[in-house]
Formats: sequence, structure tokens, C-alpha cells
Amino acid sequence: MQVLIPGPLLPYTKKRYVEASGATLTEVLADLERQFPGIRFRMIDEQDQMRRHMRFFINGEQVFDVARPLAPTDSIQIVQALSGG
Amino acid sequence: MATTAKKAAKARKPAVKKSARAPSTRLAALVSTRKGAWIYRGDAGRKAWKVDGPHFLGHIIQHMVLDPRDGRTLLAAAKTGHLGPTIYRSTDLGKSWKEAKRPPAFDKATDGKPGRSVDHTFWLTPGHASEKDVWYAGTSPQGVFRSEDGGVTWTSFSKINNDPKYIEWMGSVQDGTPDGPKLHSLIIDPRDAKHMYMGMSGGGVHESLDGGVTWKPMLDGLETVPGFDSSTPTFHDPHCIRMCPTNPDRLYQQNHCGVYRLDRPSTTWVRIGNAMPKKVGDIGLPMVVHPRDDKTAWVFPMDGTTVWPRTSPGGIPGAFVTRNAGRTWQRQSNGMPAGQAWWTVKRQAMAADTLDPVGLYFGTTSGELWVGRDEGERWSLMARHLPEIYAVEAAELG
Repeated sequence: MQVLIPGPLLPYTKKRYVEASGATLTEVLADLERQFPGIRFRMIDEQDQMRRHMRFFINGEQVFDVARPLAPTDSIQIVQALSGG
Repeated sequence: MATTAKKAAKARKPAVKKSARAPSTRLAALVSTRKGAWIYRGDAGRKAWKVDGPHFLGHIIQHMVLDPRDGRTLLAAAKTGHLGPTIYRSTDLGKSWKEAKRPPAFDKATDGKPGRSVDHTFWLTPGHASEKDVWYAGTSPQGVFRSEDGGVTWTSFSKINNDPKYIEWMGSVQDGTPDGPKLHSLIIDPRDAKHMYMGMSGGGVHESLDGGVTWKPMLDGLETVPGFDSSTPTFHDPHCIRMCPTNPDRLYQQNHCGVYRLDRPSTTWVRIGNAMPKKVGDIGLPMVVHPRDDKTAWVFPMDGTTVWPRTSPGGIPGAFVTRNAGRTWQRQSNGMPAGQAWWTVKRQAMAADTLDPVGLYFGTTSGELWVGRDEGERWSLMARHLPEIYAVEAAELG
């Protein structure tokens, strides 16, 4: 499935859209890590929690559970939340 | 008055030439900031500096350190405002960087217990000279991590990272410094790779005899804020601890509650900051020791009164030196602003090189980099308009 990568993570993927596969968000993140080593820890901490300013959307709907099941036709958008001033 | 102001303005003019000719020696000031890192390469006179940076523009760099065992490997502790923490490694003095394969991370929680997550790596220490490729890291929330492959992979090897008693002493985000509790000042005894010290801010000073696996508190003589039990590590806040290179039995410490010295085998710290001028006090963040003289050390006081402004006392910055192990102190501020300078120097942002006379360096919260070429007798500005400076290291490149 197609995954939209936020700007700060482009040094890992070199492109805005990448392909990854998995039956859950956890599996897709593992596939991204396999393709782009180091990328997962920048988004997900060692307790498997989404980092404070990282947001995950599936087909445009925000999700908060990395165990969320996915269908092969789903698309994923990873977004960096705006913060600071 | 006008002459003084003119002299001060002249002293504040940066000494850095971006296109300075290649330096003849291999001295560098490694500068870590809230928005990236810079390397200033200097000559033996420490007069011409060639700027190399920014590296990691936009990243929060807490500490960038050179491996003195090869003079070429740099590690930098990085994160951004949004992305998780990591470590970058260069084996060519910053020409290229590679990210750690496994940055410092706590063990995954089991049995439904709450787990801890590294927010940032705060402190980096190269291992003992006999242990090539060993590095230690201190983090926030507080933990001790070790790498045995030059910083490529890190393990949560220390028992204190999962010890309920230590975690209680380390406190929560609400107990630490404004951006989280810090484990810092990881020091290795040059005579014994297994003998280490470290500071927990807050949580006290601790000693290890087994290479950092286990630790025990070393608090005797240290004061706490009045009304708190000084036998409880939680209430202690060491800001920076340094070991004298030529006398590893002597430690100096800048603490939340004063400046101290410890001469082993004694385990009792002696407050030496009481000899500082009363108007200035002995509160500050950094502590620097002379590379060859165990009686000489420097502090950079800040205002720790009322609400803790953490600025230079009275807006008049100055370093203070002792040349008799803390019996007396002298102000060293020639060349610095004479007033209305409301910056200060963070705990990792002051350092000494090993040349003769010793060169001192400090970076300010307002993004200025200063050098004192003659052991601090006179100061001049190396750079300004940098982001807030978190750390400065003096490094001799291989």
C-alpha cells in the first residue's frame, strides 16, 4: 500500500510516497524499517507508543492504535503535527 | 566610561574568519546547539578559526564529542522537535555522518508495567583508553547506556535503568530541569576502566566499581535545599562533575547548592564555593578543571536567587578561577560585557584544551562563543548569532 512520508523523514526515504505492506500498522512500520533502517524509532518509541508530534491517518482518518488492522487497498498518511511558535 | 564601552565592543567583535587559511594545528571547538552543530578549527595560537557548519541544521544537538582514542571519530546526540532521538557517527571528522543502527532505548516494559522511553541523549563519554570503541551515554529520562562498537548499537546494560529505587531517585519530568531530568558527567577513571562516576540531575552523585552495571550514591557533605533530607538522593542536584586528569582522586563539582571538591579515598564532599564573593554566590552549571594542575578549576556563576533567573548575576557575566583547590577565587571577565548581558552558560558549554597556556571556551544561551587563550585572563568572541549553545568541547584532532 501507499504511504505518505512527512518532510522530516524524507532523508530516509528520499521520496514523498513509498510502498509498504502489512496486515496492521505495526507490520507496515516494520516493513518501512526494513526498507529504511532507523525510520521507525523516529516515529514510534521503545514502548511502541506513537511519538508526541507524529500523527497517523488511514484513508484520511486519524488512528491512535498501532495494532490497527489494514486492508491491501488502504493508504497511509504519516504527518508531523505542527507545534511551537 | 566611553573608553570601556569601546574596548568592550572591540572585544565582542568575532575573531572568526570564514575563509581563514588552513590552520597549522589540529585544534577544534565542537559546538552543539538547539538548531544544529558547528566545528571551529583553529591554529596553535587559537586566533584563526575556520568554521565548518551547520551540521544537522534544525536538529537539537545536546552533545558532540570526539573520540580521543583515534582523534577522528565524532558522535553527536540528536533529535528534532518532532522526531525521536538518535545518535550520528562520523569517522572522518564530520565530512560524512551515519545514523546509529540502534540508538539508546530503554527495555520494553513487561507484565503491563509502565515503561520508559528515551526523550533525548544528553551526555556522551568515550570509554577507557584500553576499551576501543566503547562509549557511554546518559539520557533524559535518566538512564545509562553503553556501546561496544563505536556508537553504532547501544544497550540498556546498567541495572539502574530498571531499578525501582533508582527510578524513584531519578524523579519524573516534573522533578528535573526545565526540559527533563538529565543523567550526565559520566566519568571513567583513567587507572581503572571499571571505576566510574556520574551525576543525576536530580538524584545525586553516584560511583560504580563494575563499569556502570551497578552504582551507589556518594552524597556525604553535599547540601540540599533547606527543609529537605540530605540523605535522600532524590533531593540532590549535581550540575556538573569533573575529574582532574593528572589526579584522578580529585573531583570538582558544580551543584545546585554550591561548588564542591572531593579528594578520594574520602567520600565527603567539601563546599569550596563559600569562598566566592557573596554578591555572586556559588550557583552555576558548568565546571572545568585544568588539564595539568589539580589545584586549578573554573566555574561560571549564574543567578540562583528568588525564581532562579539562570542569567549572569546582575547581568554581568564572568568566569571565576581557583588556583588553590577552592580556598580563594578570582573573577576573570576581561573582554566580556560590563553589564546588561543576561545570558549564561549551560553545564556542557564550557571546556578547556590541553595547550600551554590552557585555552578556555564557553558558549552562551544567547548563541555567542567565547575563547580565553591565556587560561581565562582575557576573553574574546569567536562567533555570535548562533542558536542557543548547549555544549562546547575542546578537541585535538588526529
